[in-house]
Amino acid sequence: MPMASPATRPTPAPGPEVRTGPSGERPGGSGPELDVEAVRAHFPILHQEVNGNPLVYLDNAATSQKPLAVIEALEGFYRRDNANVHRGLHELSRRSTERYEGARGHVASWLGVEDPGEVIWTRGATEAINLVARSWGDSHLSEGDEILLTELEHHSNLVPWQMLAARTGARLRYLELDDQGELILDELPRILEGGRVRIAAISQVSNALGTLNPVAEIARQVKAHGGLVLVDGAQGAAHAPVRIPELGVDFYAFSGHKMCGPTGIGVLWARRELLEAMEPYQGGGDMIDEVHRDHSTWAQLPYKFEAGTPNISGAVGLAEAVRYLNAVGAERILAHEQRLVRRTMEALEAMPGIRLFGPSDPARRAGVVSFTMKGTHPHDIATILDSEGVAIRAGHHCAQLVMKRYGVAATARASFYLYNSDADVDRLVESLATVQEIFG
Amino acid sequence: MTDRATPPMKALYQQLILDHYKNPRNRGELEPDENTVEIHVRNPTCGDEIRLQLRVEDDRIEDIKFLGDGCSISQAAVSMMSTILKGKELDEAFGVARRFTGMMHGDEGAAKDPALGNLRSLAGVSKFPVRVKCALLGFEALQEAMKKSRGGRPG
Ligand SMILES: Cc1ncc(COP(=O)(O)O)c(C=O)c1O
Repeated sequence: MPMASPATRPTPAPGPEVRTGPSGERPGGSGPELDVEAVRAHFPILHQEVNGNPLVYLDNAATSQKPLAVIEALEGFYRRDNANVHRGLHELSRRSTERYEGARGHVASWLGVEDPGEVIWTRGATEAINLVARSWGDSHLSEGDEILLTELEHHSNLVPWQMLAARTGARLRYLELDDQGELILDELPRILEGGRVRIAAISQVSNALGTLNPVAEIARQVKAHGGLVLVDGAQGAAHAPVRIPELGVDFYAFSGHKMCGPTGIGVLWARRELLEAMEPYQGGGDMIDEVHRDHSTWAQLPYKFEAGTPNISGAVGLAEAVRYLNAVGAERILAHEQRLVRRTMEALEAMPGIRLFGPSDPARRAGVVSFTMKGTHPHDIATILDSEGVAIRAGHHCAQLVMKRYGVAATARASFYLYNSDADVDRLVESLATVQEIFG
Repeated sequence: MTDRATPPMKALYQQLILDHYKNPRNRGELEPDENTVEIHVRNPTCGDEIRLQLRVEDDRIEDIKFLGDGCSISQAAVSMMSTILKGKELDEAFGVARRFTGMMHGDEGAAKDPALGNLRSLAGVSKFPVRVKCALLGFEALQEAMKKSRGGRPG
């Protein structure tokens, strides 16, 4: 395999300037509030009928839809530039490498970090968290050490740590939830006082309740006691503004598909000195410097953690998604989601038998509303809504600890994104009336 | 049911199903003795669960009780199943389970079989592939329980 040595690899270029909408204007309009109709025009999938009704897509916490800019970036890559990266000495390989590394640089600058070598491509948040649990965890933890988690975590940010604890003898500690779906920070000093918490793994935004967690504050306290902090940004990167230096954390994991990008691509960001001290997660092509009969040496960052042919088009698509979201503006998107949450909560509070989960103040959450309806199971709610073209999720949302905390097996969950409108909320509410009529 | 609901929803959520969901029959627990077997099944993707108890004497289901948590389809199906199977020979019960499974996979002959009794009201579920597992959960428990009571011999 003719492989360029790490030293001759192109230095990841800083990302191109934020591109504006298709016709040059800012996507989502130039006003302080999002122009939803303008945004919706960028998402072809939304313009279809499902079960005889216009689609209302409210399952964004599971995965988001893709704007034309992303769909066209993927298509354009495969039509013009596709080749393997870092290998061939031909034109297409050069272009492909440039786009792949350009994407890395673009994501780095969007995260607010200077060193693109700290941006590792992964399959998603799950793989990024597993990478840290393996590569950092296995060599840094032993019996007596503690891993701090929260009751709010997605299984992706629980199970890898449980597996690590089983391998190393480390102990799991938990920050608990109050009745409002907020982490009880008052317990943190007591947990940290023992001086044994080596790493805290916490989500920035809860996928089950929508809670915006005070990650910067938690990170400050954990770090003051000598621990590291990993943030699960699977929802955070999609729904909240992200500037890594302001969060003050050590590892940040997220998935492209939740934020208008393709599936199968995500990112682990980590501080260079941590990554330098970690062993590779997987072995293979592209992650080595020299290979001998009995040993090999590792490539420089970030390639040390990217064994095998990567998801090149995924990286290109994710960078395009970042460009698009950035042009719309994370603050505007969050404010828009919070408006939709408020509208939904007000309507649901007026319906009999509805129980809402999570913070009662919409300003304390991103675009998620989890609820149950007395006498009707969430799956039946989802089936009836689907028959009217309204897509929501029902179940435990990969957050069984949250379900246990509130004494339910499942909830129904409507989750919003930039392209959802007031009309979508109204359709949700109307369809819930159908549910109540059927189940009486 | 009102006019808001679409025809497929009316076919799915029939009054009989909603009645069994809201007023489950044979819900509760049996006092365990040497003739009772118990099976607990869960659908890991949705969290629905059923704990089924059978009292089997001379290869006949003398009593049947269940506890469960889940959607209307899974809970109505196990409730209806319990009313039909009480007093049945195990071989007959295995037959009902096979017919019901056939109906869930679209067998129209099975959907007309009087042996299925009220369970025929669940025929509409076969048009909702993601809900078929819900309807079959109770029968999954039944088949496991009957095998257990026969010391592992399948039907
Ligand atoms: C909070 C949170 N963490 C982690 C994940 C896992 O993301 P992925 O499945 O893309 O790896 C999700 C997505 O379901 C999530 O919502």
